[in-house]
Amino acid sequence: MDLSDSVLEHLRSAVALPDLSGTRYELESEIGRGGLGVVYRAHDRELDRPAALKVLDSALAGEAQLIAGLEHPAIVPIYETGTLPDGRAFYAMKLVTGARLDHYLAGTPSLAERLRILRRVAEALAFAHSRGIIHRDLKPQNVMVGEFGEVYLMDWGVEAVVGTPAFCAPERPLDRRSDIYALGATLEFALPASAPPALRAIASKAKSIDPAARYPDVPALLADLERFQTGLAVEAWREPLSYRLRRFGSRNAVLLWLLAAYAGIKFLLFFLRNL
Amino acid sequence: MNKILAGLLFGLIFGAIDGATSWFYPETRGLVGGIMVGSSFKGMLVGVLAGWFAQKVQSTRWGIVVGSVLGLLFAYGVAAMEATKEKSHYLEIMLPGFLVGAIVGFLTQRVGTPRVAERREA
Repeated sequence: MDLSDSVLEHLRSAVALPDLSGTRYELESEIGRGGLGVVYRAHDRELDRPAALKVLDSALAGEAQLIAGLEHPAIVPIYETGTLPDGRAFYAMKLVTGARLDHYLAGTPSLAERLRILRRVAEALAFAHSRGIIHRDLKPQNVMVGEFGEVYLMDWGVEAVVGTPAFCAPERPLDRRSDIYALGATLEFALPASAPPALRAIASKAKSIDPAARYPDVPALLADLERFQTGLAVEAWREPLSYRLRRFGSRNAVLLWLLAAYAGIKFLLFFLRNL
Repeated sequence: MNKILAGLLFGLIFGAIDGATSWFYPETRGLVGGIMVGSSFKGMLVGVLAGWFAQKVQSTRWGIVVGSVLGLLFAYGVAAMEATKEKSHYLEIMLPGFLVGAIVGFLTQRVGTPRVAERREA
């Protein structure tokens, strides 16, 4: 009996589905593939809520332990880890409904919103680094923006096998500075074409080819973003005089207007007196 | 530096500058020293009060309003004191005084450490 291609394809996918017997989860559908594992949408029978299940090769079971120890608003909380009957490791986590950053940016959010998202990503990264954990595969595809605007950094701790070169630092082995490179590349990706030179300079500094030329740590990059957002000069960019004057003017517009009004009144009074 | 001290300094500086501009009027040129001292003192009073207000209320808009009102009031006082039956300089004193008060009020909102931050650091 000959089987059609579609039937064969269906059988292949059915065989590949994980066996969740013995767990409290009910498989619903495949969501995607990343970090050398497959992510499924599942239903938690005990708590009657949706969950995301990531099924990994046994060799990568440590990924779950890495992330489970990270409690941060921008890191997806792990509900449970375990081993399936077929020997594959899995972990259950919060099901994030929203959009990947690369898709989210297609909706042309404002610059302020883009920076908000990047800052949340950087804060999660800084937190992880403080716990001795490196992401290794930071890129827009691994950042989720939830339906309420919450930001999650996904797919931790697994060096990409087929990574996106634009976001992967050139040095080997990867370390914290590689994450900073990837953060700079992600920031550069997220910036609109009309982004100010200061922001482009921050991204460029973060993704310098020489690791020693990058920001020493994520808080330093965050501090430069903060300086930009408060109208101060950034460390990454030696601004020309015209930009410095313009920045001074916009930060001190009220004071300059008051001083101009004072000078104007003085001149007018002097002029009127001598008429 | 707390906001009251900041107000004192800005009031002194801008008050002195305001007083110094009397040099451009021939009738007051000889009295510029005394005018500067008086104007500086007036500026310091405005600055201290604006700085005290800035310690309590962190609002640039209200800082400017309060500074302007204080500047106007003190300038009126000075103008009234020096007014004679033949001559008065209410406009020449009150208008600049109003603006100096606004400037000092603005600066006390922007510069200096508010009391809450000082308490937290302690």
